[in-house]
Amino acid sequence: MDQSASNSSESVQKSKTQLRALVVDDSRSMRAILRRALEQCGFEVLEAVNGRDAVERLAMMRIPDLALVDWNMPEMTGIEFVIAIRSDKNYNAMRIVMVTTETEMEQVERALKAGANEYVMKPFTREVLVDKLTLLGLGDQLP
Amino acid sequence: MSLEQAAFERVQRLVYSLAGIVLENGKEYLVEARLAPIAKTHGFTRIEELIAQLDIKPDLIAQVVEAMTTNETSFFRDHRPFELIRTKIMPELLLKREERRTLDIWCAACSSGQEPYSVAMLLHDNFPELASWRVRILATDISSAILERARCARFSQLEVNRGLGAAQLVKHFHREGLQWELKPELRNMVNFTQLNLIANWPILPTFDLVFLRNVMIYFDVETKRKVLAKLSERVAQGGYIFLGGGESTLNIDTNLERVEFENSACYRVASPSSNIAARP
Repeated sequence: MDQSASNSSESVQKSKTQLRALVVDDSRSMRAILRRALEQCGFEVLEAVNGRDAVERLAMMRIPDLALVDWNMPEMTGIEFVIAIRSDKNYNAMRIVMVTTETEMEQVERALKAGANEYVMKPFTREVLVDKLTLLGLGDQLP
Repeated sequence: MSLEQAAFERVQRLVYSLAGIVLENGKEYLVEARLAPIAKTHGFTRIEELIAQLDIKPDLIAQVVEAMTTNETSFFRDHRPFELIRTKIMPELLLKREERRTLDIWCAACSSGQEPYSVAMLLHDNFPELASWRVRILATDISSAILERARCARFSQLEVNRGLGAAQLVKHFHREGLQWELKPELRNMVNFTQLNLIANWPILPTFDLVFLRNVMIYFDVETKRKVLAKLSERVAQGGYIFLGGGESTLNIDTNLERVEFENSACYRVASPSSNIAARP
């Protein structure tokens, strides 16, 4: 990309309101991977170490546009988190993507039924994440 | 050990003459990566030995050419063309074809099948009225091996992760071991057959929609012009052609005109009597 195109892209990026994402995963390395991928997509990224931590943090922050949630976590699992969040209409606009090693069809169905908007099976690539963001209407801000 | 120049040049000539693919100098690494598995399968220790056998074992030629084709694809690849088809093109075609109630669609370089199956999924999920129409989705590719895969309609976890919504996964697939298999109702909407875009084409219907995406990037200008000229004869009045995101008819003398929409663009055969207007 030439310099002028790069500058133009940056200015467009700055003129938009930055989207915010909450990464909920008990694995520090996975949080770092997701943080990096989301930041490359232009998101401001927040982190929580399990479902309960995420619920507590959400109570004190402006509602993010997106939550990426692991399934298996101590204290409160990802699916419990989804059910808790979807019981509160204030969070209806927050898109939830399960990002998990659970890959059975029944689990995908269960997550959707609980209120998750999308489902990413680990392992995944950055392209997978970008495709999911596009499906959720969050792709327009991608650089 | 790097590939000998003579062997590389032989592959260059072969893939150009048989598939129209321009293999530029410096792509020796690609030839090595693609042909090493074939050489190993046939018991050759070096790729040069495989190349040397092409004169006496012609059946190897197809394998070499097929191996040099690129099969990068995903469900609903690039997203926007499919959104354009869902929101603008299909509603328009439903009106235009209302009397004859037929629809012919061609995915001209279908690779492992994600593109034609995406089309089938889009039609099935959004246009239930087509159940009483005759809808034909023809999916072709130069590679017989990739077509065999496409017909099986079995995809890896990574493949179903890409571009496919979770709700579509649940609705249209079932698990078969580590693979995800598309259900028959969508598989049966697609017919696969081998077709080399730069060779003679079989008798084809007139198409309402054609996908020729990410193919012409491998062709030189003259091959692009020939393929597009043949293609334009097979596109119905009011039909549309989709090229890849990075492809256009720029510098190619064609009778195709670009139709721009808000987030996407496609092509149609230019006609003074055409009354389809691009809408923002």
